[in-house]
Amino acid sequence: MSYPSDFKYTKEHEWIKADGTTATIGITSYAQESLGDIVFVELPKPGAELTAGKTFGSVESVKAVSDLYAPATGTVTEVNGDLATAPEKINQDAHSSWMLKIKLKNPGELNALLSSADYEKFVAEEGGH
Amino acid sequence: MVEFNGWDMPVEYPASIGCGIISEHNAVRTCVGIFDVSHMGDIRLAGRDAIAAVQHISMNDASRLAIGQAQYSALLYPQGTFVDDVIVHRFGEDEYLLVINAGTREKDFAWVRDNTREFDCAVENLSDDFTQIAIQGPKGVNLLQKLTNADLSGVKFYWVTHGTVCGLPNTLIARTGYTGEDGFEIYVPSDEETSTRVWNEVLGAGREFGAVPCGLGARNTLRLESKLPLYGHELSDTINVWEAGLDRFCKMEKPEFVGREGLERAKGEGLKRTLVGLEMIDRGIARDGYKVLDDNGAEIGYVTSGSYAPFLKKNIALAYVPLRFAAVGTSINIEIRDQGVKAHIVPTPFYKKPKNSKT
Repeated sequence: MSYPSDFKYTKEHEWIKADGTTATIGITSYAQESLGDIVFVELPKPGAELTAGKTFGSVESVKAVSDLYAPATGTVTEVNGDLATAPEKINQDAHSSWMLKIKLKNPGELNALLSSADYEKFVAEEGGH
Repeated sequence: MVEFNGWDMPVEYPASIGCGIISEHNAVRTCVGIFDVSHMGDIRLAGRDAIAAVQHISMNDASRLAIGQAQYSALLYPQGTFVDDVIVHRFGEDEYLLVINAGTREKDFAWVRDNTREFDCAVENLSDDFTQIAIQGPKGVNLLQKLTNADLSGVKFYWVTHGTVCGLPNTLIARTGYTGEDGFEIYVPSDEETSTRVWNEVLGAGREFGAVPCGLGARNTLRLESKLPLYGHELSDTINVWEAGLDRFCKMEKPEFVGREGLERAKGEGLKRTLVGLEMIDRGIARDGYKVLDDNGAEIGYVTSGSYAPFLKKNIALAYVPLRFAAVGTSINIEIRDQGVKAHIVPTPFYKKPKNSKT
């Protein structure tokens, strides 16, 4: 699995891609694979405030419920409505099936997150336990 | 892989080979799926008093079983709650086999042994002797027929036969399962070499029918759609037969069995809660242990099993609620992440296999 190098990653398996002060958020391919068939996504509405490290929603597969953790602090500007009716799109392509777009409060926050190389190493260890 | 009552078992097989819970589930509904269910336990009762012993420890009427027939039943505590639910097979004039759950194996065996001491009947734990493979789905019969000389068309649902399977003579073949579909379970020697060989031959024979290997996840969603209870969820040592709605498998006309008096008493006291099926109306999935609320937000019960139903494509659950909320159509709410989410009571089973499929 290749993890785009222009994304940043969390240890809770979210990805974030910044473009100036706006950013796009989703979950990683590793996350969708561990969850299995995704059947439900619960996301905040535009205008909601996210706080880095805090939960902002949840994703459910047939077998499990998993919280979503905000990779950065900011305000939700857009929600991917497709996922409400077609959550399986995340299984098909996790890195293009984005969940939220946010306006970042402090773009510098992203420096603390994992690079694609670090994340790949992290999941290799986690997957091989 | 997950640890399941001491067994390392796959929740699902990899998406890379066309599996995953939804694909596995739908394969069983539409063609055939194969499960390694070796975790199930087996207790053999044999001897002059075997029928009397089985009658004493189980709630269904084993005297109605012909040789080669099986029935769904349960072992009960004196108060009428569950030690376990079981399948009772009759193999001979004085020989029975109880198929029991993995999580309750040791408890069940000790309980059966303790409660049959009065009888002239040997009780043996054969749980480690068999690899049990379930072949489930409308094409299961076609698949297994390729591997055996036994005439499967002559075996009705909940009957057993013996035949050569994958070259293994006198193999037990039962037309039973836990999926709500037609299907078979075969019992082969548990040594690794034989088990691996049979598993691979079954998979190979199933290729032309679109057979896939299925894990615990699909086993759970399949049995949930068909409202087949699971010990530790719908059944436990604090839930009685009436609450679980298993009346038709409990033969109170039998003069005596462990739990009968307790059930008599419970019936006199009246039913306080009952198992119902529900379907989510608003977005959300009810999960095991979630609270059931009334329309005012008061807690009235709990979910025993809940999931997205892969074949029905709905969010369904089983729950215990007071009788006044049990009528079909009653509006209730499920507490999901601190919020009440709308649901309603629906008829069960949620899924029933089409009438024309042969059993």
